[in-house]
Amino acid sequence: MGYPHPSHARETPVLSQYFGDQDGIGLDGWRKRGGYNGLQKALSMSPAEIVDVVKASGLRGRGGAGFPTGIKWSFMKPGDGKPHYLCCNADESEPGTFKDREIMRWTPHALVEGCAIGAYAIGAETAYIYIRGEFTEPLIRMRQAVREAYDAGIIGKNAMGSGKRIDIVIHKGAGAYICGEETAMMNSIEGRRGNPRIKPPFPAVSGVFAQPTTINNVETLAAVPHIIVRGAEWYKGLSLSSPKSTGSKLFSVCGNIAKPGNYEVTLGFPFKDFLYDLCGGPLPGRTFKAVVPGGISVPIQTMEEAEATKMDYEGFIDQGSMLGSGGVIVFDDQQNMVKQIARAARFFAHESCAQCTQCREGTAWTTKIMERIRDGEGTHEDLDTLFSIADNMTGKTICVLSDSCAVPVVSGINKFRSEFEALIKKPKFHPVTAAVA
Amino acid sequence: MATTAEPTTAVTQPKMVNLTIEGRPVSVPEGTSILEAGKRAGVLIPHYCYHPALSIAGNCRMCLVDVEKAPKLAPACATAAAEGQVVHIYTEKALEARKGVLEMLLINHPLDCPICDKSGECELQDFTYQEGPAESRLRDPKRFNPVEDFGGDVLYTTSRCILCTRCVRFMDEMAQDTVLNVTERGDRALIGKFEGKDLTHEWAGNVIDLCPVGALLSKDSLNKARSWELDHAPSICTGCSQGCNISIDTRDNMVIRFRPRPNEHVNKYFMCDTGRLDYRWINRQDRVEVPLVRRGESLAAADWDVAIPATAALLDGHRVFVAASANLSNETLYLLSQLIRANGGTGAFTVLTGPEAPLPGVPDLSLRADRAANGDGATLLGFRRTASLLDGLTAGDVLIVADADAANITPAQLALAAAVIVIGTTLPENLRTAAIVLPIANHAEEDGTFTNLRGRVQRFYQAKAAPGMARPSWWVVGDVLAALGKGNAYYLASEVFAAMASDVSAFAGMTYDALGMRGLVVSGGAK
Repeated sequence: MGYPHPSHARETPVLSQYFGDQDGIGLDGWRKRGGYNGLQKALSMSPAEIVDVVKASGLRGRGGAGFPTGIKWSFMKPGDGKPHYLCCNADESEPGTFKDREIMRWTPHALVEGCAIGAYAIGAETAYIYIRGEFTEPLIRMRQAVREAYDAGIIGKNAMGSGKRIDIVIHKGAGAYICGEETAMMNSIEGRRGNPRIKPPFPAVSGVFAQPTTINNVETLAAVPHIIVRGAEWYKGLSLSSPKSTGSKLFSVCGNIAKPGNYEVTLGFPFKDFLYDLCGGPLPGRTFKAVVPGGISVPIQTMEEAEATKMDYEGFIDQGSMLGSGGVIVFDDQQNMVKQIARAARFFAHESCAQCTQCREGTAWTTKIMERIRDGEGTHEDLDTLFSIADNMTGKTICVLSDSCAVPVVSGINKFRSEFEALIKKPKFHPVTAAVA
Repeated sequence: MATTAEPTTAVTQPKMVNLTIEGRPVSVPEGTSILEAGKRAGVLIPHYCYHPALSIAGNCRMCLVDVEKAPKLAPACATAAAEGQVVHIYTEKALEARKGVLEMLLINHPLDCPICDKSGECELQDFTYQEGPAESRLRDPKRFNPVEDFGGDVLYTTSRCILCTRCVRFMDEMAQDTVLNVTERGDRALIGKFEGKDLTHEWAGNVIDLCPVGALLSKDSLNKARSWELDHAPSICTGCSQGCNISIDTRDNMVIRFRPRPNEHVNKYFMCDTGRLDYRWINRQDRVEVPLVRRGESLAAADWDVAIPATAALLDGHRVFVAASANLSNETLYLLSQLIRANGGTGAFTVLTGPEAPLPGVPDLSLRADRAANGDGATLLGFRRTASLLDGLTAGDVLIVADADAANITPAQLALAAAVIVIGTTLPENLRTAAIVLPIANHAEEDGTFTNLRGRVQRFYQAKAAPGMARPSWWVVGDVLAALGKGNAYYLASEVFAAMASDVSAFAGMTYDALGMRGLVVSGGAK
């Protein structure tokens, strides 16, 4: 099953198998589809065994950073007398990314199950699911799924009769991109302004409410039940290129492309086939110009780079970009890259939390310059200034929002300099000379 | 709520770590930040958001330093000093990063230094001169936000703000009155005030001093002086018995403002608004400027050479009743007590009281109920605290009113005295029948010490010149004693203090040098 289009034969529908399947949303339907078998099995294992299975599966964080999930879980030290927390990051706000939304819309119980297994594995009694403020439908679905799971005794004081307490709390965000940054999310859960925290201390030491905390992405947690049921070897076997990138991954595709939507492929899938075969290639009469493969925070790829890419963590890095969150944004020959990058910069300027100087001022300054160039008022010095600002914004702040703003600007100027220069060289509009002419 | 790191006074010796900052070896307790370690090594790492009394925000990114073997520049305020660390502050990489921060801080800053009250004592100016860019590359319009009244004594010049959040953290952590916040995001962000709240907390004025730039200004001292026109004298606030250390800032012999001066034993970095704004009395113009001696119906101006012997003649052989101000220095009160000892008699003082107003974030710091600086010193020196100033005045006493509040003194009480001698800064209406008036300097015009409610003896320094022929109060009383043949004349406040230290056991062993800028607690501790 696929959504909004039927599943392509070359996809690997693991998480997306029941997308578009109305019956799978409720608890009864989900159980018929094998739901909660993973949790049942997990509760019969020891937490350490679960962590080992996840480690062996090679599952890596699907939120963007790609940190090995099993290793992240092993940082938690259950039994140290403190409360532990699992936070599920469902604040999917990266422009171009809409995979977690579909998981929560169609398979909310998959996430509940993943959270329950994760919580049990790290010794947490409470799991928070932090859902993006604008996600109305996923929020309704998730709330209903959690209620159903409580009513059925799947989670709660005695999860599935195991004697373990697993509580799941849904926390609705208020519409800030930065709250998807894990420490900002923890502040937001605590009721504070969603500002990222200084690390160290890392969340595994002092996270939400200053207690040990693990933060995982929706897609990561939703994959865990499958790994528990089918085994680490099966998941590890899902790999077409680098052995360090295993499993299936959802890619959200948008922009100037024939069939936008969510696609799930085995990691290592050729990006060229993905774009032209699965997604149907460019719109009639047009050609692709550029791709942002992992949400707007990752470097822009030229088509030459994109077509040589293997779709996994290493493959995207080899071709000058990053896997990121898997939000593929496609630009075709009708698009002006300066305009697109200016828009991206404006997004970051709007969403900067305003803590760090370089980010607060740098994102806004970058936007001002980008929009001036876009409007034909730019100079060659502006490009040098942009590089210099980007340098000041990279690696010097509390979180990476400011780095993320610099990335599309730097990669955009480097790869599409001619478009910038065309706008800079364009004769300037002047009311007097225009009237004379 | 975040708590601030205090220098531990625990019995266990903290583990020390050794590091090198700019080539200077330094040893600090484990957990000390690189920034604080730098201070100990004698190097100031530029910073804005960091303040030793507040939690770490790490947001200005100004204190980025180069730590050997670290992949990225480290914020010195949020990075703990570690064994063997080698820290460089002035490498090209660190300088470039801080230059970048300064450029960013300045792009939306109005650069209106010529009309800014902070100019000259502004950290944004200081560090920009030190290592900032000479020119801005901004070609676009600056962001503008209007000036806001934050209530209390505080004005917020939004466009100058660098969002360091020191003020927000002070109100949250020290005042524990959540008034301020960061409103909006990105470069639209500004310091906001929660709906219906104002900076009316008793200690809210401290945000003005905490502000590293000209964003938070005192309405009281607005446009009164350029900072380089001010002279600064270390002093002690006379607003209550807490004894907050202050700086008296004067311009052309007029007090313009009080500002807190750090003393970790008394007031940390803070002072209350009641104390801060109570300075106008120092500038009052209706002062007694010459000694006055009664000639029949009127008081006539006289030289000190006339007034002192005349005073001694009046006092000779009489019991005295000294009505003292609780804002007189230990030195003056000691000499007055000597006069009482010599002639027989008694000394009394009153203290105005008011409601207490603590600063919750700092232990034992409060606007105290006793609204005078030296009631505890007066008690130590044998003066009796009373509700009614002239209680116990017996017929035939010579009444000495030593700058005490004379408002409640009645003609009948005055008639009881054999003679009335006023040693004061002013001559109130109801004391115009006095036989002699000796003009003295007020607390800002002389040197001396106060004893606060915890028994801490602290020095204050002369901040301005006394008017006319007025002399320091200890000098005047010393001269009277000498004229009576009961002591020596003194020429320095320190000499009076030395005499007191050798005479009064509570002050034993103390000298001005030993008191230094932090003070010492009287032996036997607080009363």
